[in-house]
Amino acid sequence: MVAADRIYLREAPAKLLPAPVASTGVVGWVRANLFSSPGNIALTIICAALIVWIVPPLLRFFFFDAVWSGADREACLPSAQNPEPGACWAFIRAWSSYFTYGFYPLGERWRVDLFFFLLAFGIAWLAWLGAPRRDIGAIYFFIVLPILSYVLLSGVPIIGLPDVPTSLWGGILVTIVVATVGIVASLPLGILLALGRRSEMPAVRLFSVTFIEFVRGVPLITVLFMASVMLPLFVPDRLAPDKLVRALIGVALFASAYMAEVVRGGLLSIPRGQYEAAQALALPYWRMMALVILPQALRVTLPNIVNTFIGLFKDTTLVFIVGIFDFLRTIEAARGDPHWATPITSVTGYAFAAVFYFVCCYGMSRYSRNVEARLARAHRR
Amino acid sequence: MSKMLQLPLRSRQQWASIALQAALVVVIGGLAYGAFINAADNLAKAHIASGFRFWDNTAGFDISQTLIGYSPSTSTFGRAFWVGLLNTLLVASLGIVLATALGFTIGIARLSRNWLVARLAGGYVELIRNVPLLLQILFWYNAVLKSLPDLHSSISISGGAFLNNRGLFLPRPEFADKFDYVAAALVFGIVATLAVRIWARRRQERTGQPPRTLSFAFGLIVVLPLLVFFAAGAPLSFSFPEVGRFNIRGGTEILPEFAALLVALTIYTAAFIAEVVRAGILAVSQGQTEAAQALGLRSGSTLRLVVVPQAMRVIVPPLTSQYLNLIKNSSLAVAIGYPDLVQVFAGSVLNITGQAVEVIAITMAVYLFLSLVTSLLMNLYGRTVGIVER
Amino acid sequence: MTNPSSGTDGEKTGWAVEISALNKWYGDFHVLRDINLTVARGERIVICGPSGGGKSTMLRCINRLEDWQRGRVVVDGKDLTDDPKQILAVRRDVGMVFQQFNLFPHLTVLENCTLAPIWVRHMPKKDAEELAMRFLRRVRIPEQAQKYPVRLSGGQQQRVAIARALCMSPNIMLFDEPTSALDPEMVKEVLDTMVELAGDGITMLVVTHEMGFARQVADRIIFMAEGQIVEINEPKAFFEHPQHERTRLFLQQILH
Ligand SMILES: Nc1ncnc2c1ncn2[C@@H]1O[C@H](COP(=O)(O)OP(=O)(O)OP(=O)(O)O)[C@@H](O)[C@H]1O
Ligand SMILES: [Mg+2]
Repeated sequence: MVAADRIYLREAPAKLLPAPVASTGVVGWVRANLFSSPGNIALTIICAALIVWIVPPLLRFFFFDAVWSGADREACLPSAQNPEPGACWAFIRAWSSYFTYGFYPLGERWRVDLFFFLLAFGIAWLAWLGAPRRDIGAIYFFIVLPILSYVLLSGVPIIGLPDVPTSLWGGILVTIVVATVGIVASLPLGILLALGRRSEMPAVRLFSVTFIEFVRGVPLITVLFMASVMLPLFVPDRLAPDKLVRALIGVALFASAYMAEVVRGGLLSIPRGQYEAAQALALPYWRMMALVILPQALRVTLPNIVNTFIGLFKDTTLVFIVGIFDFLRTIEAARGDPHWATPITSVTGYAFAAVFYFVCCYGMSRYSRNVEARLARAHRR
Repeated sequence: MSKMLQLPLRSRQQWASIALQAALVVVIGGLAYGAFINAADNLAKAHIASGFRFWDNTAGFDISQTLIGYSPSTSTFGRAFWVGLLNTLLVASLGIVLATALGFTIGIARLSRNWLVARLAGGYVELIRNVPLLLQILFWYNAVLKSLPDLHSSISISGGAFLNNRGLFLPRPEFADKFDYVAAALVFGIVATLAVRIWARRRQERTGQPPRTLSFAFGLIVVLPLLVFFAAGAPLSFSFPEVGRFNIRGGTEILPEFAALLVALTIYTAAFIAEVVRAGILAVSQGQTEAAQALGLRSGSTLRLVVVPQAMRVIVPPLTSQYLNLIKNSSLAVAIGYPDLVQVFAGSVLNITGQAVEVIAITMAVYLFLSLVTSLLMNLYGRTVGIVER
Repeated sequence: MTNPSSGTDGEKTGWAVEISALNKWYGDFHVLRDINLTVARGERIVICGPSGGGKSTMLRCINRLEDWQRGRVVVDGKDLTDDPKQILAVRRDVGMVFQQFNLFPHLTVLENCTLAPIWVRHMPKKDAEELAMRFLRRVRIPEQAQKYPVRLSGGQQQRVAIARALCMSPNIMLFDEPTSALDPEMVKEVLDTMVELAGDGITMLVVTHEMGFARQVADRIIFMAEGQIVEINEPKAFFEHPQHERTRLFLQQILH
């Protein structure tokens, strides 16, 4: 059998046609993504129903029926104009400075604000990959900032900053302090532990492995218990650190074990050739690590580091359990206020807290994804 | 291990390394010694005993959920430990099962070709992952379960169950003697189903007939026990909960603390498992699916024979660490007073005895042990799904 | 369930592949433009052309790994519609070999070959294994049967992929640049296998830039560019007197 067009030569080029409407544009997109088969149509309908069921009540709760201002619980109780009041934002507004500063003395709160600003500045410097002199940024963030913050928040009477005991600190301030200390301490400690785990010295390796695996094997809450209950036993009375410091130690140790594993992952991804090249240049161990290996390893693993920070940030809520007034604990305390006791006070408090944590964590995760995409692009080049 | 770096050592470096290690040992030893001395000193001053003798002393406090017999006036601290541990195991194992089911569903939904489904699943994951677990537990407990109506206006659910702010009260099944036959039939059904499966596999090898055992399984595991159940005269009755003046009598009670913890752990961990599953499936290249389809495999077979086995190899290790996280996170029970190991032991027992060192050491040892066992089990499972890179 | 190819397929009359007025878009991008092609049974077709010309896309339409918006594709007398049954029926009888091999890494070489015979053709395991060994011997790697694909060289992997496709006793074989991912010294072993296969009278559509192979084996050569079939001719004429400007340009580039 022989085809009529067995031999063929195209005389005129085939016309470039626009795609049929059914396969492009809004119609095509909707058809392909929502209604491509009977099963798909059913799913679409179920999901749409779910959205209709969930979203309008949420919007009503958060915005349309929400109570934005008021002096006490009366404002958030069902009334003639608002038979089913939504979120009681008036309650949040009334307590907002407590949520931010705890019982930090009113006249000294500018110190907290300044601390927030200095911190934001440091984060921006380090997070912006194209920023100038990020090495100085690192020194600022890991050395200058901690000292400055300590002076600022805790106070040095000689230079005119009165002492503010940590028992007065609270709210977002404490949450941020715990998270920052965790981050600032865990990265260097984690790097040391990761290097220790890969060290050739048996004692160092044994110590690192034991520490890392032990801490990763137990819940943070037990580490915090240990720090808050056992630590005072282990040191002489006069050295016993205050409650917040004990929790900070627990968080820092806990975070560094996780950070160590993340850094180790980064170290493993550096090809052997890099070590060999550095050694061929006669770089001693610490130089090799500091100049060649770690810069690459930390860069590769930056998204994972940020993810660890996100976990750490969420975990700061656990200090609540050992009696520290972090942001979540202030919410817990405030929602019990009889002035504001309504059926929706608790929900409002939790919703507000959730929004706060979500914004922080989601922001960090978007950042980490951006970095990841950028690294992937750099890799392909 | 194979990637361990071998640096050439020269003798000066060797000395340096020995010195460093010695210093490490001395520092740690010194710290430990100092801690020991101080602890002994501080404990003596506070008149707190040491050692594990407290284990056999009478506990004297009540526990709201006990899976094994426990009475505050006669049971020991040791007994309280086991009660707490069992409560931890209960919530953790149920949580693992439920979170796995939910997580796999959502992970697969995230890859759905239906845009809306994928978006909804994605929204779930983003929302849940970025809100602290403790906040979620508090929300479920205080804002949802504790704000249910009180005892007298309990919500009654069809089938004789009640829901109020003290918990969920369900009818408790009471089995008559003849129920043993039903149980036996069920066991028989399961064994027979396994046998049929093996037989069907063999037959497939011999004749090529594909194994279709679903209807057999249904018949043996569902229909047969049901038949026996009715043949034996329905040997099952329920003790229904009744709302009294001050409490609810009869039935089984599910504590709001338990429910809140379980719901929060499940929802939270499922979001992470969903990400693990999604990554695992995405790790199987498009080419694998295409090759299977080009061979004429149906989409079900393609998934079962080609995609899932490869995805599982990627999924199992991170899934294991999610399970470990769930077990460790169950200790947040302490925040709402669910009597798990930490709440009972590191909480009540520690407060009463004051023996912080022993109690916390035991608690940590238990979690280390649980982590170890879970990793081991998952490694074994990993072996069966063939984590081979031969 | 249809049984192992009833043996009558080969005697059916009609074309092996009939493509008429095929048009396909990726979004707004017109990737296949008015493709018309008929392939007779036993014919060996080589398809070449510049990168991005739509060769792979056209080939993948033949076993419906891609769908299209307009036109018709009939394979072995079966009209490829949205009907999943029809699609499976076509895929059972059309083998495909990919540029990246796409062997299943979790299965041994033998299991790779027996997977489809067992689960699609419902063959007893022993028969499937015998069949697989027969084809593994044909591609000259029976000794690798128990190994996992990663242990094999690229050339060996591609030969396994060919054996795997052959185990389904296909009437038509599609090859999408089977040698482009291979090191030069391995190209020959794969081409030799394909040349042998061509001697068996199986219908073959091969996308390749191996012009030696095309000269030796092809009944016809198709030149594709910008989503269109520009020229179809017999090898001798194709190489010696390319008709279209575009073809001449392309041949100049790859032959010199
Ligand atoms: N899934 C897709 N979505 C959008 N565009 C695609 C997709 N697959 C292929 N294309 C585009 O369609 C065109 C034809 O691709 P095709 O792979 O068929 O070319 P080819 O002739 O096989 O090229 P090569 O020799 O590089 O394999 C290319 O421009 C390609 O970028
Ligand atoms: Mg191609």
